[in-house]
Amino acid sequence: MKSKFHPDKNGYFGQFGGAFIPELLHPNVQELADNYIQIIESEEFQIEYKSLLKDYVGRPTPLYLAKRLSEKYGATIYLKREDLNHTGAHKVNNTVGQILIAKKLGKTKIIAETGAGQHGVATATVCALMGLECTVFMGEKDIVRQAPNVARMKMLGAKVVAATSGSKTLKDATNEAIRYWIQHPETFYLIGSVVGPSPHPDMVARLQAIISEEMKWQLKEKTGKENPDTIIACVGGGSNAAGAFYHYLDDEDVELIAVEAAGLGVKSGESAATSQLGEVGIIHGSKTILMQDEYGQIKEPYSISAGLDYPGVGPLHALLYESKRANFMNATDKEALEAAFELTKIEGIIPALETAHALAVLPKIKFTKDQVVVVNLSGRGDKDLEIYIKHLEE
Amino acid sequence: MNSIQELFQKKDKNLLSIYFTCGYPKLDDTTKVISVLEKNGVDFIEVGLPYSDPLADGPTIQESSHKALENGINLDIVFQQLMTLKETNKTPLVLMGYLNQLLKYGEDKFCQKVVDCGIDTLIIPDLPMVEYENHYQELFDKYGITNVFLITPHTSDNRIHKIDSYTKSFIYVVASASITGAKGEISDTQMDYFKRIKAMNLRSKLIIGFGISDKSTFNTACKYANGAIIGSAFIKNLGNHGIGKMDDFIKSII
Repeated sequence: MKSKFHPDKNGYFGQFGGAFIPELLHPNVQELADNYIQIIESEEFQIEYKSLLKDYVGRPTPLYLAKRLSEKYGATIYLKREDLNHTGAHKVNNTVGQILIAKKLGKTKIIAETGAGQHGVATATVCALMGLECTVFMGEKDIVRQAPNVARMKMLGAKVVAATSGSKTLKDATNEAIRYWIQHPETFYLIGSVVGPSPHPDMVARLQAIISEEMKWQLKEKTGKENPDTIIACVGGGSNAAGAFYHYLDDEDVELIAVEAAGLGVKSGESAATSQLGEVGIIHGSKTILMQDEYGQIKEPYSISAGLDYPGVGPLHALLYESKRANFMNATDKEALEAAFELTKIEGIIPALETAHALAVLPKIKFTKDQVVVVNLSGRGDKDLEIYIKHLEE
Repeated sequence: MNSIQELFQKKDKNLLSIYFTCGYPKLDDTTKVISVLEKNGVDFIEVGLPYSDPLADGPTIQESSHKALENGINLDIVFQQLMTLKETNKTPLVLMGYLNQLLKYGEDKFCQKVVDCGIDTLIIPDLPMVEYENHYQELFDKYGITNVFLITPHTSDNRIHKIDSYTKSFIYVVASASITGAKGEISDTQMDYFKRIKAMNLRSKLIIGFGISDKSTFNTACKYANGAIIGSAFIKNLGNHGIGKMDDFIKSII
């Protein structure tokens, strides 16, 4: 099925996407572009990918009817429990898939960028599993605020390299990963979100699409219908949202809500709400919407959540925003923290700070009682305990 | 004929190009640096437009860009500075920046300003060939601007021939699989790569850059190409000694 939300042959989602890369990366990116679809669609890959997802990752993840949350907001709210995946977030769906692609292409050295550390951990995990060398780039600031994940990566045998340029967060970790890739073109860049030069955004979306693939049959079992009324997911680069939306993109009756991090407030100057503050530009090899000044200098975003602290958004999401297919909302640090504490208290689930942003829009939406809402519970909050404890005391 | 073609008509061996970052080390050093480089016989000058996220640049140029941006440099100021040199400067200038700068400034506005400053050659490391073919070739042609393509040790022969056919000034031969920054010396592998490119007998002139830092690496590069570009080593010198010691640096090369 050809969807208008799938990229064209040059990797464009509408006007967004493409591969704006230095010449040195051309052979790598071309090799991937020439092979990724064929590999992903091969029976060999599908058998191995699905079997690892089942027995190693623990999929399918449950679709849980959150009764008390539903009662509170007057809707029928399901939580897609990506937090129950091995390594604690949806990120591993992508890393399991990409590591199989890397192996198929004969690559033995893996590099990755990470913000909250979830992608770094998920990458270090599959590298340990496959016996491949792993280097993870992480912003110096994020190394401090996500210390447990740094320790996990190291225990898994990965080398963690601090990105000390710019805002010392996800954007800069990605810059450093790309610079390293330029200097070591033999490595495989296992990118963590639906960002970067084509074909990375499409490849990652296809690997995360397992989320909505499962949602379809799970909803059918539970509600009699494959389609919910509304899907809510947080967006930094946008990989969990891409996965949760993927099989519903062309079903226009399914409302898609993407939630960005507003930081201290969209207009505070300390925010990461890209769609609200950004304009068309190029970041990390992709034409998309990004936060920049009038001269095209990329602005440093801010969010309490390291995973959403990114000045751009994947090109698919730029198209979803521009075409109004998805409704872009946002939540502040404070709202996200409140939502995290609320879910913990009434459902006994501690969500990741990123995920808490998706939950934080529930009070802002007017629901009807039988409205079927799926919130993609993208990750668990173990890594954020230090921040939660700090706010618990307050 | 563009400014670089004119230059090659007069001289096509041992060309020295120097890269510097606009607005570095001080905001108003742009014109001073160009004047001193011209006076010292540099053949053409690569004018770097400071960018917040320069993916193809190593730490030295990253830091100089960061400092220049802190100094308050922006594209409007750069164009004003370059405009003041238009009548006096005889050394060809080549602008190097990232595509987002051009995109955000406005493609036509950017090209018009470039032309107004008497510049006709651009290096945009993140402008891929396919985007050039689909759009930018037409845009640049409209303004009489030529684009410099980069080739690397990993660029296929087919692609190099295609780049050769598009080239109206010179091909930028990236000396190794690397971002900008001095490596100290040129390895045998690099030499083999230079020989391979030279043996292709391309119609375009070749300038080697990335990792050229001193007289020795410059001379080696000039054996296989029409000239070479020194960037990070010059920026390092500028950072350490200020604009007063530029003469000595250039004299140590030629």
